[in-house]
Amino acid sequence: MKRALLEQLNAARQERRAAVLVTALESGDQRLVTPDMLGTDLLGDEIDAALRAGKSRLVEQEGKSFFLTVQVPPVRLVVIGAVHISQALAPMAKLAGFDMVIVDPRTAFATPERFPDVQVIAEWPETVLPPMKIDRYTAICCFTHDPKIDDPALEQALRAQCFYVGALGSRKTHAKRVERLEAKGFTPDDIARIRAPIGLDIGAVTPTEIAVSVLGEVILALRKKPLRMETPA
Amino acid sequence: MLASDEDILGQAEAWLRAGKGVALATVIETWGSAPRPVGSHLAITEDGHFLGSVSGGCVEGDVVTEALDCIADGKTRMLEFGVADETAWRSGLSCGGRIRVYVEKVSS
Repeated sequence: MKRALLEQLNAARQERRAAVLVTALESGDQRLVTPDMLGTDLLGDEIDAALRAGKSRLVEQEGKSFFLTVQVPPVRLVVIGAVHISQALAPMAKLAGFDMVIVDPRTAFATPERFPDVQVIAEWPETVLPPMKIDRYTAICCFTHDPKIDDPALEQALRAQCFYVGALGSRKTHAKRVERLEAKGFTPDDIARIRAPIGLDIGAVTPTEIAVSVLGEVILALRKKPLRMETPA
Repeated sequence: MLASDEDILGQAEAWLRAGKGVALATVIETWGSAPRPVGSHLAITEDGHFLGSVSGGCVEGDVVTEALDCIADGKTRMLEFGVADETAWRSGLSCGGRIRVYVEKVSS
C-alpha cells in the first residue's frame, strides 16, 4: 500500500467521510473510492453494496479478486428531548451500536439521574448541533413537541443531509410544522424527508414500544438508503 | 484499551511518520467459525511491534514473521490458516475455522 493511500483513508475517517480501499489481489494495485465516484468506478455496484452494509468484503469480477476495505463513519443518533421515550431508546440504541446523544435545554428533564448511561447535554439544539458537525451519518429524532426546541434541530438536520430525520407529533401537529418550515424557505422535497408521525407503524402504544418503532425506522433508513446520492465534501 | 480497526490504521501511519518500516495484514476471507471478521487488521513494524488482530491470538505470531519478511522484500503475501493438522508446519486455528490473510508493505 502506498503511504499516501493510507493517509487519505485516515483523513477520510477523521473527517467522517466514507471511503473504500480497493485492492486487486493478483496485481496488488490499489485505489481509493469515495461515494461520489461510484457512478464511474468499474466496481461501483459492488462498492455501493459494501458501503451500505458497512462491511469489508472480497468481490470477484471477470475472474479477478478484489478486496474492498470499507470505512464508514460510526453512526450517531441525536435525540432532541430528554423525555420518557428517550429513556427507553437509550439502552436499545446502545445495544444496536449507535453512538447516542440527548439534547434538551430543559434542565429538569436533562439530568444524569434520568439517563445514567448516555451523554445528555442541557443546551439548546441551535447551540449544540453546529459544533457537533451533524452529517449524513447522523440520525436526528425530535421528541419534545415544542417547536422552540424541535424546529431549529429539524432545520439543521435537513441542511446537514442527515440520513434520518424524524419528529414526534400527530398529523395535525406535523401540518403546522410543515407550514413553519415552508415559511423558512424549505422545499416540499426537503420537508418530505421528515418522518412524521415518527416510527414504523407497528401499533406502538407505550414509550418503550414507540422507541422500538423509531429505532426500527432509523435502521431501515441506514441500511436501505443508497449512498450513491452522496456528493463530495 | 481495545484497539478498533480505525486506531490500527492510524497507528500504522504514526509508525511510518516515525520512520519505521510498516506492514499491514488484513483478513480477506473466512470459512467456518473464524475468530475475527473479514476486514480485521494487524499492523506490524520492522522491529516487531504490532497492533490489532487477525485471529484470537492463534496465528498472529506467524503473521508477524511473514510481515517482517514482507517489510524486508516489499512483496505482498497471501497466507492461509486452517485447523492445525491441515497446515502442520505452522500454527493452526483451534476453533476449526479457516482464514485467508493478505499481507502488504506500506511504502514510505
